[in-house]
Amino acid sequence: MKPPPFTYHAPLDLGSALDALAGAGARGKVLAGGQSLIPLMNMRLASPSHVIDINRVPGLDTIEDERGGVRVGALARHSRVERSGPAPLRRALKLVAHPVIRNRGTVVGSLVHADPAAELPAVLAVLGGSVRLASLGGVRDVAAADFFVGPLESDLRAGELAVSAFFPGLPPRSGFAIHELARRHGDYALAGVCAVVTLGDDGRIAAARAACIGVAATPQLVELEGGTPAELARAVQERTDPEGDIHASAAYRRHLVGVLAERAFTDAAREAAQ
Amino acid sequence: MTQEERHEITLVVNGVARQARVPARRLLSDALRHDLGLTGTHVGCEHGVCGCCTVLLDGEPVRSCLTFAVTVDGRELTTVEGLAGPGGMSPVQRAFAECHGLQCGFCTPGFLCTVTAFLRDNPSPTDDDVIEGISGNLCRCTGYQNIVKAVHRAAELMAEESE
Repeated sequence: MKPPPFTYHAPLDLGSALDALAGAGARGKVLAGGQSLIPLMNMRLASPSHVIDINRVPGLDTIEDERGGVRVGALARHSRVERSGPAPLRRALKLVAHPVIRNRGTVVGSLVHADPAAELPAVLAVLGGSVRLASLGGVRDVAAADFFVGPLESDLRAGELAVSAFFPGLPPRSGFAIHELARRHGDYALAGVCAVVTLGDDGRIAAARAACIGVAATPQLVELEGGTPAELARAVQERTDPEGDIHASAAYRRHLVGVLAERAFTDAAREAAQ
Repeated sequence: MTQEERHEITLVVNGVARQARVPARRLLSDALRHDLGLTGTHVGCEHGVCGCCTVLLDGEPVRSCLTFAVTVDGRELTTVEGLAGPGGMSPVQRAFAECHGLQCGFCTPGFLCTVTAFLRDNPSPTDDDVIEGISGNLCRCTGYQNIVKAVHRAAELMAEESE
């Protein structure tokens, strides 16, 4: 349970961080909060030759309003975003691990870790957000739909640093909700659903989106037109095909997706009406 | 194999600046215990689940087993050894003793650090607040009931003493 040896880089600015990452190539890992990376290293599931610790890089600890949403920097800790971030993130973060873990963990780190059972990738997906990746070659923004590639796998390439993520705000007459079921509070969920609904002029749901947690290799996005929460939940259930494991059977997960989706659509519609 | 590179770091632990030469992979928990001899911080699971190794980093509770010592070079730490004041045990420590909030004591340093920061931020918590606050710390002896009582009792003691 001790991490393997590595060469440590503690850059003091973004340029030096990108230089170190470029030098390390595929054998380099970025250390921000470390709440996913260090357990993996302690258990020797990860053994990067180079660790680039960005904790001393100024300018990354940001939560800034930007046209149409909020941009969260790579060193914004869960706990700070939970206090002063946008409402959907604040609510989702209450479900992420425990308060002490959230004091160190970062929002962008959770996105890059790309755990299919984690909440934040689903929030980014349902809001239609993006991740900004910087390298010596320049900067690119990758939409959530393209960023999550597989379980624990993102579109981040060797030499790239995820410097921020953009979470769009909700359109008018819209609401957000997240529901999940975990065996123990703070654990990864057996299944979960993030929902965004938009109401029409008649007060009924005109459009709905759901991102499912823990049912596919990446946060599974389902886009629907109008309907009642029950109808929409059935549609989500029909379009998902969760797998079973030691924690829950496929049938149970499928059942959960339906129940949680209906709750999420109902709550999101209630919020949208307010 | 070549000798692993070591880094000179300074940790301000319980108000005292301490130097150590550590490899980059040294966990903060091991730096405190092995390099600085402060064995009050306990190590349980070493992957962030049990909470035994919780210490305060610039006042905020963090897992020392999920932190590299080199990352916190120059920062201030409080361990269980630093919770007592010149007048004796802190209100949180006294409340745990009074309410039988421990049996074997292995998890206690993590609970004490977590609860110290929790009550500073939330001096009059509800039961739900307390349960959420200590949700990241495991105790295999007490069944938690007495720990929850101890947190409420500590809040009372702190309120009395600040009057």
